[in-house]
Amino acid sequence: MSGMDEIAVLGVGMHPWGKWGRNFAEYGVHAAREALADAEVDWRDVGFVSGAITVRCGYPGYVAGSTFARALGFTGAQVASSYAACASGVTALSVARGQILSGACDVALVVGADTTPKGFLAPQEGERPDDTDWLRFHMVGATNPVYFALHARRRMALYGATPEDFAAVKAKNSRHGVHNPNARYPKEYDVDDVANSPVVSDPLRLLEICATSDGGAALVVCSMDYARSKGITDPVRVAGLSTVTPTYPDTVIDLPYLATDSAATAEPPELGFKESIGARVYAEAGLGPSDVDVAEVYDLSSALELDWYEQLGLCEEGEAESLLRSGATSIGGRIPVNPSGGLGAFGEAVPAQAIAQICELTWQLRGQAGARQVDGARVGVTANQGLFGHGSSALLRRAS
Amino acid sequence: MTTTSQAIVRQRVPAVEGFFTMDDEPSLIGGRLDTGGYCFPRHLGGSDPRRPSGEVEEVLLSRRGTIWSFTNSAYPPPPPFIVAEPYVPVVVAAVELAEERMVVLGQVAPGWTVDDLEVGMEVELDLGVLYEDDDTDYLTWQWRPVGLEPAPEEGGAA
Repeated sequence: MSGMDEIAVLGVGMHPWGKWGRNFAEYGVHAAREALADAEVDWRDVGFVSGAITVRCGYPGYVAGSTFARALGFTGAQVASSYAACASGVTALSVARGQILSGACDVALVVGADTTPKGFLAPQEGERPDDTDWLRFHMVGATNPVYFALHARRRMALYGATPEDFAAVKAKNSRHGVHNPNARYPKEYDVDDVANSPVVSDPLRLLEICATSDGGAALVVCSMDYARSKGITDPVRVAGLSTVTPTYPDTVIDLPYLATDSAATAEPPELGFKESIGARVYAEAGLGPSDVDVAEVYDLSSALELDWYEQLGLCEEGEAESLLRSGATSIGGRIPVNPSGGLGAFGEAVPAQAIAQICELTWQLRGQAGARQVDGARVGVTANQGLFGHGSSALLRRAS
Repeated sequence: MTTTSQAIVRQRVPAVEGFFTMDDEPSLIGGRLDTGGYCFPRHLGGSDPRRPSGEVEEVLLSRRGTIWSFTNSAYPPPPPFIVAEPYVPVVVAAVELAEERMVVLGQVAPGWTVDDLEVGMEVELDLGVLYEDDDTDYLTWQWRPVGLEPAPEEGGAA
């Protein structure tokens, strides 16, 4: 698997995150036009449109790829739409990579956008006792923050994490996010602000739980030959993508399940599900954690960012708190994490978020990230996960 | 519905059928895959690639386990959770079952708060009221710490 053929990221674009209340397609089209302009590619030259689906915006959301294509003007381009919950963006990119590497197209547009309701994400209406997502709300009252908090408490019990550590993650990401014009909350918070916000699910407080946002993000990706034909010799390249599922038995409780798999007659795999997400992307790229200069990880809660440090191999298990306290994961540190401000500064726009992570790394690897620039970044990795077993990670790099 | 001269006897029914027994010492109803692993709920089946669609035998899961982690929901969860007024924060525990080598989520019995709980604490399965109407209690499974009483509620002085 090592030495996967690469594709180039030619252009990136975003619509600022917020609670704008407009049609999701508007955000997607805005982001797409920015990405096309950034790439200096005419929309009519795009051979494939890969849409990341939103399930909250009716039928046009289910056929997101064609919704965006129609809004940009139908050109006869091929189209697909992907849904993998929070992982939808990387799934859509992986479909585009397949089209490019198979020779079906030279240039593809990947777009995700969402318009979100207020409050907790809840399942669709209706009584569905055979749906584990419905059951966890109905029979237990287990919201998403409940699962985030179970993992936070576990870190406290196993590794001596403190609520102050979790608050420090939020504070760090907010210091990064103030420099990001696309962030929804460009405001600096300190640990006292976090401690003064109400508890949502003990030990996590309101400022540590990701909100839901409107937003849109897009990528123009192409074959390496096409990039060269445009005179671009050292583009940001997608060196690895991971869309792995768990390996049985998955013994870590996670959304939206009521129970884990059982290890009664099968030993858990050497790498847990989240560890396997990064392992795949490193293997595809032929690189390892020590090569990474910058990471964008899914801080659905402040504490989950600490889990990712370990799951991506940025430190050993149980050492995430020391890595954080050392300042290594702040801009200026050894391995800055979430220079964009992360979900803490954005709130989640589900189908756009994994694409937004790649936009940020592209700016970082090009040296275009302004006040939040990670000096000399050449290799970046993203990580997230969609519920029901969707891994999501991308490894981006430049040669020099 | 049965009535007496004094009061209506309330019915107790599972909020959803098939998740637990209604015995005095209730058990969760899980599944046992033909490769030997367990699952909960039973209808979800397993994902063991050795036999992904093998038979799933009905089996009662261990009634005792240890807390893997715990939390609460300070705000009322959204539907399809049915919120009783006034809302008392739901406490949730993820509980490790030794024989099954799996972790099962559930509410913690009323009266217990996160301040009373610890990772590693032994708990036992019980049934409790999820919501109610005029004559019926709709039940769910709950974990109850073994051999302990919850700390008394703090008095008015703060």
